[in-house]
Amino acid sequence: MNPLHQYLLLAAVLFCIGLAGALARRNAIVVLIGIELMLNAANLNFIAFYRFGPNPERMEGLMFALFSIGVAAAEAAVGLALIITVYRHLKSTNLEDLDRLKG
Amino acid sequence: MSTGFIILALITIAGAIGAMNCGRLVHCALSLVASFAGLAGIYLQLNVWFVGVAQILVYVGAVAILIVVALLVTRNAESDRQNEGSKGWIAGGSVALLVFILLAGALSNTAVTGAATLAPDSSVETIGRRMMTLYVIPLEALALLLTAALLGAVVIALGGPKPGRASK
Amino acid sequence: MNWLETLPLTIKATLLSAAAAAGLPEALMPYLSAVLSISPILMVFPLLFALTTVCERKGLGRIQNRYGPNRVGIPFTNIRLAGFGQFIADGIKSLTKEDVVPHKADKLLHFLAPIVLLVPVLLTFSVLPIGKGMVPLELDAGLLFFFAVGGTAELAVFMAGWSSRNKYSLLGAMRGIAQMISYEMPLILSALVVVMAAGTLSPMEIVNQQAVYGKLGIAQWNVFSPWGLLGFVLFFIAALAESNRSPFDLPEGESELVAGYFTEYSGFKFALFFMAEYMGMFAAMGMGISLFLGGWSAPLKFLTFIPSWMWFFGKLILMIFLVIWIRGTMPRMRMDQLMAFAWKFMLPLALMNFLLVGAISFMPSMLGQWLAAVPIIIFAWCGLARGLGGGRIPAPRVYRFAE
Repeated sequence: MNPLHQYLLLAAVLFCIGLAGALARRNAIVVLIGIELMLNAANLNFIAFYRFGPNPERMEGLMFALFSIGVAAAEAAVGLALIITVYRHLKSTNLEDLDRLKG
Repeated sequence: MSTGFIILALITIAGAIGAMNCGRLVHCALSLVASFAGLAGIYLQLNVWFVGVAQILVYVGAVAILIVVALLVTRNAESDRQNEGSKGWIAGGSVALLVFILLAGALSNTAVTGAATLAPDSSVETIGRRMMTLYVIPLEALALLLTAALLGAVVIALGGPKPGRASK
Repeated sequence: MNWLETLPLTIKATLLSAAAAAGLPEALMPYLSAVLSISPILMVFPLLFALTTVCERKGLGRIQNRYGPNRVGIPFTNIRLAGFGQFIADGIKSLTKEDVVPHKADKLLHFLAPIVLLVPVLLTFSVLPIGKGMVPLELDAGLLFFFAVGGTAELAVFMAGWSSRNKYSLLGAMRGIAQMISYEMPLILSALVVVMAAGTLSPMEIVNQQAVYGKLGIAQWNVFSPWGLLGFVLFFIAALAESNRSPFDLPEGESELVAGYFTEYSGFKFALFFMAEYMGMFAAMGMGISLFLGGWSAPLKFLTFIPSWMWFFGKLILMIFLVIWIRGTMPRMRMDQLMAFAWKFMLPLALMNFLLVGAISFMPSMLGQWLAAVPIIIFAWCGLARGLGGGRIPAPRVYRFAE
């Protein structure tokens, strides 16, 4: 098995676990956790392509992974702040309770 | 396939499954930390030190703590998922399985070549020079984004009318 | 004195060659070398921790006008060693005590928390340069590694506090997390000033740059420059807060929260928590020494005959003394004061220090740097401190009974 293949396969598994959880669970925070997992899977792909790809000295995959980590931090902060605000209004973080526009 | 990779991959996958499937939400968050740490280990094992350490710093040190604090603030730490039906899992699982079959099929049909055996140079200095020359605009954009996210998170979390005086 | 300087390295080389002569396979040699690099750290720092606990109790006793431990010596004899046998007795006590786990506790997390706290702390020692060429792990991103690994302690604090199912534990953990996140910012920012000036993230390289002697034979430590002095003060305060030391010991304020997040721990696990706290303090202080106080280098050129690792540990002991002294002197802060101090005082000063080092390092002479920087620093310091007090000026202190 090609080393690149095994990392890509791991990333695919990770992505699908995150996807399944994000679709199946009803709690907003767990959905956010699933999204984080999917982002991490994408990062692993970038690093694997950087490490085993044809032009590693151009560092594109590595840079992309670093920026993606930075963006993920911002995403988590804003997402959780939104969840906390929603909780203040509705006393719930269950996504099925968030079915009306008027808070 | 090296033993180190197998162990780290198993930690990562087990952590991910735990994060999606644990009963108590705090256990979900802590399994997520195990998954992040496993990924960081994979990066370190690939000799991409900087990204591995950044992964620990941002995900284990910051994002996980944020999630845990959010769990406590929203009184979700003790709740379990009894009120969640299992019908979501059938739909979600089948979609995820479909995606996985597509991805794995694409992978097995693609001949990936050019696997480098030698670890490329990823010292801090090289990364820094790249970042301050070729990637300086994305870097500045990211800085702006982080500042905006910081302010936005503070405003959202603080904001809104005071509970006592609302809707008058 | 040259043999003393290289003594640790010589011992390691001798042991390695002895192992090779004894027929150890070539494949195992890197592992043996790693073990030999790590084991001194695992022996010296816990021993230092043990001695520090005794010294701390004795020192606090002196500060508070009492004796402190002075009884325990060698068993079955009359030799008392001035109480320095105390740590052995304490160790035996904590090993033999019953390990109580609360009935409702989350058993797994309760068990894992002390380990999750101790392991990262031990990992941070791997990038500390404790002597010339004595770094177990030579990373070019060593400082980043230090902060990344050190930042995971919050997770252990949360695990301990939450899994105990005790209101004091949870309150202590929430205080601890809030405090550690708040003070991590000034800690990292004040360290980054040195990175900016030195142009490297490797602690070893930073120390090497400071171990250069100028005209008068004085070492070029970062603390001798204005931004370095400010950075050092900020780093020291933030490190005190990060390691939950007095006056920032709110997470375990015994008069409010019993023992904070490790209230429900006993016996050996309690000892692990205790040890992790002290080791975390050593690591933070050691990094402060490496960044600002020249690491293993001697302050004056003619003092270089004293081995480098002795300088490091001498400085570390001095810092520990300072920390104990502060503990004996300062009252505990309030929670809102603690937060305001981090966000309204430390963080702006650390950010200002960035601008300062950027502007000032273009000035050629050290004297000019000082003349330019000192007014700015004093102005910013006083202004921020005034803002911290809400513009109130405290009335002069009146002693009624202590005259």
